[in-house]
Amino acid sequence: MTKQHANWSPYDNNGGTCVAIAGSDYCVIAADTRMSTGYSILSRDYSKIHKLADKAVLSSSGFQADVKALQKVLKSRHLVYQHQHNKQMSCPAMAQLLSNTLYFKRFFPYYAFNVLGGLDEEGKGCVFTYDAVGSYEKVGYSAQGSGSTLIMPFLDNQLKSPSPLLLPAQDAITPLSEPEAVDLVKTVFASATERDIYTGDKLEIMILKADGIRTEVMELRKD
Amino acid sequence: MFRNQYDTDVTTWSPTGRLFQVEYAMEAVKQGSAAIGLRSRSHVVLASVNKAQSELSSHQRKIFKVDDHIGVAIAGLTADGRVLSRYMRSESINHSFTYESPLPVGRLVVRLADKAQVCTQRSWKRPYGVGLLVGGLDESGAHLYYNCPSGNYFEYQAFAIGSRSQAAKTYLERRFKSFNESSREDLIKDAILAIRETLQGETLKSSLCTVSVLGVDEPFHFLDQESIQKVIDTFEKVPEEEEDGGEAEAEAAAAPAEQGGAGDQDVAPMEM
Repeated sequence: MTKQHANWSPYDNNGGTCVAIAGSDYCVIAADTRMSTGYSILSRDYSKIHKLADKAVLSSSGFQADVKALQKVLKSRHLVYQHQHNKQMSCPAMAQLLSNTLYFKRFFPYYAFNVLGGLDEEGKGCVFTYDAVGSYEKVGYSAQGSGSTLIMPFLDNQLKSPSPLLLPAQDAITPLSEPEAVDLVKTVFASATERDIYTGDKLEIMILKADGIRTEVMELRKD
Repeated sequence: MFRNQYDTDVTTWSPTGRLFQVEYAMEAVKQGSAAIGLRSRSHVVLASVNKAQSELSSHQRKIFKVDDHIGVAIAGLTADGRVLSRYMRSESINHSFTYESPLPVGRLVVRLADKAQVCTQRSWKRPYGVGLLVGGLDESGAHLYYNCPSGNYFEYQAFAIGSRSQAAKTYLERRFKSFNESSREDLIKDAILAIRETLQGETLKSSLCTVSVLGVDEPFHFLDQESIQKVIDTFEKVPEEEEDGGEAEAEAAAAPAEQGGAGDQDVAPMEM
């Protein structure tokens, strides 16, 4: 007698890819704007990037309903933090909060694959990459989502991030200039769009610097 | 007097139908340093006097941001005020989370009032010893409410609470009819002038007062010292020439410091 399985799933995957690259005084966070379900497209213009604090921007692929719920929780928690500390949360603080929030639902997880980008307390770019239950690591660059397997090896090749196991500890910052990083992101998404059916339509890029946030949009293949 | 017999418990009525503990709690509000609120059709200004325990210490914060569209000024036991502000912030955040829209001020003050009422009907509790001036903006416009320790709340065009607030109230009573149509700048000026009334002779400096504004297209924020000083400079330099300034000073000197007298000498350390 085989075990009965559920005839529905609480989760769905809305596809898409998210990438972030940290620089010495900037951080680039990018994501495509295609939202899909199965082999259908739900929207060609859905943003996967959300600003959580002045210096912390979250980009998440996966199940967008869970992503939205996660963003709401983080936004409320950030408000509480601001009332208590009279200042915005730093990116490393937000990174820890995100990890704790994800693990809180360890046994019914948020189906969200997150990349958190921003500037740390010293003004240097930082990128944190997560799994669905909150395991996270500070890195120089990361990709998550349906196109991540196509993008990550290429970023490894171009950015040669030092291993966190190396001694003495080496910085996780990539030695790239801001225009070079933005260009790399555009290249990488154009390539991923070619072969990943869930990535395409438009590319939204947010560049975070000490003086503010800039947004760029680039067209991608729509097939 | 007689009332000492029935004032031990908040749950004991007096023969004349009064709850003395609740009334004593309202006295605590009168001991705190002044807080003032005024509103126009589109803005609410909350102002307070910065009174420090001694020259060595800093002054206590009496105005709190509850949300972008709500602020609260307190007078009395500031510790109680802080706790209630935290409650208000929590309610506001939870409402925003559930309904994706700002909490209407009227709903918030009712919850606050109900919370205060509970403390007037439990023998193991005591009433909150703080009066709150809640100013906020919602779909129906700008509002200013006053929440008592008794659990009552009232809406006002302008109000003042705390020690020597009567002087400020007299000033506001003369001017309140024009507040609805006031510009933002005039409203701020009136608030600072009302604060000046409570200082009774002491020179008004920007370091002595805290002023906060909120309005349509303007989230709650504090005015910095410079901006406050600029407003003060427009009237403080020629106090005799300004008709209102001269009148108010004469009235303030004439009015007996009724509730100010007891408050000044024996202010308990926790009451500011």
